[in-house]
Amino acid sequence: MASHSVNPPEDSAAAEAAPNTVPPRRGSLSFRSRAERSSSETLSVEIMERSRSRPMASYASKRSDSDKLGSQREIDDDEARFVYINDPERSNLAARLPNNAIKTTKYTILTFLPRNLFEQFHRVAYIYFLILAGLNQVPQLGVFSPAASILPLAFVLGVTAVKDGYEDWRRSRSDRNENNRVALVLVPGDREFRPTPWKYVRVGEVIKVAADESIPCDMVLLATSDPAGVAYVQTINLDGESNLKTRYAKQEMQSTAPEALSGLIRCEKPNRNIYGFLASVNVDFPTGTAATKPVSLGQSNIILRGCELKNTSWVVGVAVYTGQDTKVMLNSSGAPSKRSRLESQMNREVILLAATLFALCSIVAILAGVWLVDHRHELDTLPYYRKQDLSEPQVGKYNYYGIGAETVFAFLMSVILFQVMIPIALYISMELVRLGQAFFMIQDKNMFDEATKTRFQCRALNINEDLGQIKYVFSDKTGTLTENKMEFRCASVRGVDYSHGEEESLFSSVSSGETRKPKTSVKIDPELMDAIKGGQGIEKANLARDFFLALATCNTVVPILVETPDPSVKLIDYQGESPDEQALVYAAAAYGFMLVERTSGHIVVDVLGERQRFNVLGLHEFDSDRKRMSVVIGFPDKTIKLFVKGADNSMFGVIRKNIDLDIIRETETNLHAYSSMGLRTLVIGMREFSIDVFEEWHSAYEKASQSLIGRAKLLRAVAANVERDLNILGASGIEDKLQQGVPEAIESLRQAGIKVWVLTGDKQETAISIGFSCKLLTREMTQIVINSNSKEACRKSLQDAASTARRLKAAPDSESTFSGTGSMQTPLALIIDGTSLVHILDTELEDELFEVATVCDVVLCCRVAPMQKAGIVTLIKNRTDDMTLAIGDGANDVSMIQMADVGIGISGQEGRQAVMASDFAMGQFRFLVPLLLVHGHWNYQRMAYMIMYNFYRNSVFVFLLFCVLYSVIYTALPTIIVGVLDKDVSRKTLLKYPKLYRAGQNNERYNLKLFVLTMMDSLWQSLTVFYIPYLAYRRSTIDGPSLGDLLILAVVLVVNIHLAMDVFQWNWITHASLWGCIVATIICVIIIDCIWMFPGYWAIFHIMGTRLFWACLFGILVASMVPRFTTKALTEYLMPSDVQLARELEKSEETNLSNSSEIPLSTFSQL
Amino acid sequence: MNNSAASTSSGSGDVPAPRRNSNRPKYSRFTQQELPACKPILTPRWVITVFTLIGVIFVPIGVAALMASNKVVEIVYRYDAVCIHGNTKDEKVAYIQNANTSKTCIITLTVPKDMDQPIYVYYQLDNFYQNHRRYVKSRNDAQLKDSDKANDTSGCDPEKTTPDGSPILPCGLIAWSLFNDTYSFSIGNQNLTVNKVGISWKSDRDHKFGDNVFPRNFQNGTLKGGASLNESIPLSQQEDLIVWMRTAALPTFRKPYGKIEQNLRVNETITVIIQNYYNTYSFSGKKKLVLSTSSWLGGKNDFTGIAYLTIGGLCFFLATAFAVVYLVKPRYVLLQI
Repeated sequence: MASHSVNPPEDSAAAEAAPNTVPPRRGSLSFRSRAERSSSETLSVEIMERSRSRPMASYASKRSDSDKLGSQREIDDDEARFVYINDPERSNLAARLPNNAIKTTKYTILTFLPRNLFEQFHRVAYIYFLILAGLNQVPQLGVFSPAASILPLAFVLGVTAVKDGYEDWRRSRSDRNENNRVALVLVPGDREFRPTPWKYVRVGEVIKVAADESIPCDMVLLATSDPAGVAYVQTINLDGESNLKTRYAKQEMQSTAPEALSGLIRCEKPNRNIYGFLASVNVDFPTGTAATKPVSLGQSNIILRGCELKNTSWVVGVAVYTGQDTKVMLNSSGAPSKRSRLESQMNREVILLAATLFALCSIVAILAGVWLVDHRHELDTLPYYRKQDLSEPQVGKYNYYGIGAETVFAFLMSVILFQVMIPIALYISMELVRLGQAFFMIQDKNMFDEATKTRFQCRALNINEDLGQIKYVFSDKTGTLTENKMEFRCASVRGVDYSHGEEESLFSSVSSGETRKPKTSVKIDPELMDAIKGGQGIEKANLARDFFLALATCNTVVPILVETPDPSVKLIDYQGESPDEQALVYAAAAYGFMLVERTSGHIVVDVLGERQRFNVLGLHEFDSDRKRMSVVIGFPDKTIKLFVKGADNSMFGVIRKNIDLDIIRETETNLHAYSSMGLRTLVIGMREFSIDVFEEWHSAYEKASQSLIGRAKLLRAVAANVERDLNILGASGIEDKLQQGVPEAIESLRQAGIKVWVLTGDKQETAISIGFSCKLLTREMTQIVINSNSKEACRKSLQDAASTARRLKAAPDSESTFSGTGSMQTPLALIIDGTSLVHILDTELEDELFEVATVCDVVLCCRVAPMQKAGIVTLIKNRTDDMTLAIGDGANDVSMIQMADVGIGISGQEGRQAVMASDFAMGQFRFLVPLLLVHGHWNYQRMAYMIMYNFYRNSVFVFLLFCVLYSVIYTALPTIIVGVLDKDVSRKTLLKYPKLYRAGQNNERYNLKLFVLTMMDSLWQSLTVFYIPYLAYRRSTIDGPSLGDLLILAVVLVVNIHLAMDVFQWNWITHASLWGCIVATIICVIIIDCIWMFPGYWAIFHIMGTRLFWACLFGILVASMVPRFTTKALTEYLMPSDVQLARELEKSEETNLSNSSEIPLSTFSQL
Repeated sequence: MNNSAASTSSGSGDVPAPRRNSNRPKYSRFTQQELPACKPILTPRWVITVFTLIGVIFVPIGVAALMASNKVVEIVYRYDAVCIHGNTKDEKVAYIQNANTSKTCIITLTVPKDMDQPIYVYYQLDNFYQNHRRYVKSRNDAQLKDSDKANDTSGCDPEKTTPDGSPILPCGLIAWSLFNDTYSFSIGNQNLTVNKVGISWKSDRDHKFGDNVFPRNFQNGTLKGGASLNESIPLSQQEDLIVWMRTAALPTFRKPYGKIEQNLRVNETITVIIQNYYNTYSFSGKKKLVLSTSSWLGGKNDFTGIAYLTIGGLCFFLATAFAVVYLVKPRYVLLQI
């Protein structure tokens, strides 16, 4: 089954753009009689039975996609779960199965404190602070206020703990609500349904669910309110698809009253696959007849927790998976606490600094020890040491514990003195800066969604800066890239293109005083309308009518009536599994062919105001081989027609070519135009049956339908046999409406060096056509498609793909060395489906997939389950250091959002699950561009600078050995201000040159090299700050406090001038904070020196009165800044970064000083 | 956060609805981060200007500072070695600790250049860590200022009280180790008056040391650290103590002893009678007597001038170097140079 194709660029788009229309699911809505269908289900069981005895029959694996997932393997007894219908005791006997309570909380009251603290202390720095706080408690070290030293750490820990606790409390509250919801459960003895809280539901119990209620657990359908056993469910919370899915109760069980039913279900062990279910049931009939043959159960017989029942007044089912075993719970991975990349990198530097600190303190301790040993005989009387305490009659010792202990104390004391080397203030500053950044992101009017009136939301506060380092974007399709609204846009009838939807449709169906209108109106093309209204005899009109009749009939859409405030008007809501079909039916309705009623045997269509009844004589379901579906319709006038619709490449093969050649050519031209507009195209054909042909077909069809073995294959053969010599009616173009600005956004992201992967639950064809319309895929791209359903096939496909990729990448690479850019390479796109991923993820094939995927420019994954989405994210996360971002809107994206480094939820459309799980939430996909390129860039740049600057500033201080106060008050504010406000390049420039984003991806602003350089700079600066006054005041009368004042002022000036040199943009706030900080420092020093209690009383006034003071200060400033200024000027001139060039460009544009238009782009470094 | 898909639909009713506030972000230049701002860019012109400017300022200052330093006349005489008997450290310590030995020591100094008044007399101690953490803490400022707090000796360890428990005033190691060498100067037979008034900071006399606080129990212990104080003079007038208590920043320091308010001529010989009481021998400290005039930049120190000249010269060099770089390797700079 491996189909690996490398399509030539020309036909790839046209070939893949056409979507199929009927989902390839077994048991999808078919309008044969119910009994027949259920017998067909029984048949498939037989197939399974037979195939059990011999190797898997080939046809068994040739079934549709969803079956491939499930029916790959048989259930052994070891692997099976036995569920006794209506007998929870027995069901729970063999194994301890969980009850239906769910728990999504992280902590309990008991574990909260230890576990939360444990998690928080993953920050290396916190351990350091804890050790320090401990040290401060040692009385011998004579710390001023031991208690005060714990406060900062306690504060930081406390705030985080409260936040975590609150979140967990909210989770537990929502769990409690969920667990206490009430379901109707059948009490085995009573034969009566009793309300029971969800949490007490057990496996084997029979549950009744009413319309619009949520399903409490995964259950196999036993009976529904529909006599045929049909039930509709909405699965939006599971897979993000908002349309209704059809599920069936098996006829065997539907026929028995649920209260009386008993039997045994053998099903597979709980697993995450929401697209597959494998089980069989033996029903015991109350009459006591021997157990029947096992009936197979599949995906279409189970309704999953998290879904909602729609359009069905009730269903009864038996619980098979409960609580944590349910597929939805298995698909929700716990929220890992996220930490920003910058912060984890910071841990490295923290360790480095701690080592430096240790070294410094060791030096101090060793020197202290040496000195003590040297002076051991004098210590008693040494005037400035004097360990003798003569206050008591007995000679005591003053604060002295022996040389060894004193050395240790010297070490510990220097640790306390130098503790700011790793600044706790930094952690507080970082939180504050992030708050500020979050404020600006929320306030950004460019990220406000006008349509839904939603703002940007910052749900996680600690990963703002990660937005500037993203390399992979994993995007959901439905609802994220698209609006999930299919719109009929173009029709080509008999080769004539009608694509000017202008007028409102006026059609409505009136019968017995009741008006029925389609729920969604479609704009119609007046020309086409005229063509339809043309006289009966005209061929053109007939063909146009047939075209729309085909649209209205050749589908599996169910019309559902919706009440309106006006009792005489009812809306028709077309429900179906394929949104394309819905769009087509709505379009047909707009042109006056309104599908009003559909039963198994006939269809009622309101044709231009007149109700007509058509017999459905046969329906050939869509399958992925034929890529088309067809329906045989008996007209009121007894003519019989076959309507076929399908993908263009499959249709042109069966269309009669000998006549209407012009029409075919015209249609092909139109189709090409449509698909290049990104529309999903379908070709519609018709064949009029003569009596002979009909009879022939009918007997074959009946025979195939009643066949016991290989019915599906036979039916397919019948269809293939009859679907030929078609007259072409026309083609349609449906727009899967993209969200505004998506193609541009994707283009910007790509230019920024971000790889965009689309992970969707959709079919491959749909995914590819969307890929084209959002410019993710282009015609120049070579597509590598992997559709395999066994591990070996996957391996082979991957190897082929890898070699293809290598070949394509290798050849132009050699040339590109001359051309200088990589743009000569053939871009590659990898398209892979969920079935293949089942065999690849979590196996050794992951590595091969990773290699192929990273070579490809675009990766499209279709038919993926929620957990697979997370699996793909993990694939990248585990193998690279690159930052990943996941964006999605539905509950099916939750695991992916949580797994990625940054998770973004699209808010405003459907459920809130994605938003709840996300770190950031916004209204539109296109906001990703300002978010990443502008805010991400700024956040990263600012935070990286702030961290670096903090390390620098504190190490200047430590190298200087100074008083503790300054680091917190004197210099923290300007950093925070700069950390919140400064921007290297303006928004406009960032959006204009997405390439600038690479600064973050390449860690340009925060790396070890920069760190070491900064540390060297800080060492130089502290040396100048210390040695200039030292040498100038050597052998003078200078007193300690005066020199101290000089050094404080010098340090504060130096670090602020340093900051000023690095500020990119000076606005009034920056000015105010920077200069204000310096003034504030001077004022602080003056105030302290005005207090007579302190030894430094009046020192500042004395020293400021001397000229040497000013000479020193000025000298220090210049001397400390010279190396930095020189390096900065040199690098900016000789090795300018892209950001630097952009700044110059920006400035020159503003001042219009030079002819800037010439060079800019080419000066950007080639990346 | 991981309100997983299980708690969906109606279960999520407790979750606050998305903020669908009509008050969409208000546009302001601040919230949109578009405050008008100056964006400095290091253009070659700027770089060269800055370096040149620094050079232009620093070189003249350096020259002036050097000249000032050269004008200062300074006589430094180390007397700790000549004013002692004994060869080994122990002998020296024994000698200086013996109350009966003569501590008087006469030295002569020759004036190398004319010295205009006022001539400052300093004593300079080497290797004396007045900035030691144990030392600087060992004082009580309240006690020094307020007569009511005479018994407050907290923080004065290990010199709080006498062995019998009476509080020492001024307490603490700093006061205890008060320098007690004395100098008297004469030229020929003529005594040189040394004015010891006003050598301390006025702010200290007025606000730090009380005028009604008198020394008590000072240097009464078995171990004498230095000078005794006249118990009838209030602390605010004990200027030697006030000077001493303003602890030095560096281990080699000078403290003002007094002022000679008359001019000294070149080659005049000054006789100094030193009472060499202070024990620096136990820790190998040096004692020096310093007579110095002063300039606008303070005492004699060539460092400032040399440093300024170096920085200024370096900046001139860098300015030239950058000019060369810009000429030799011109990059397309988007701004006018």
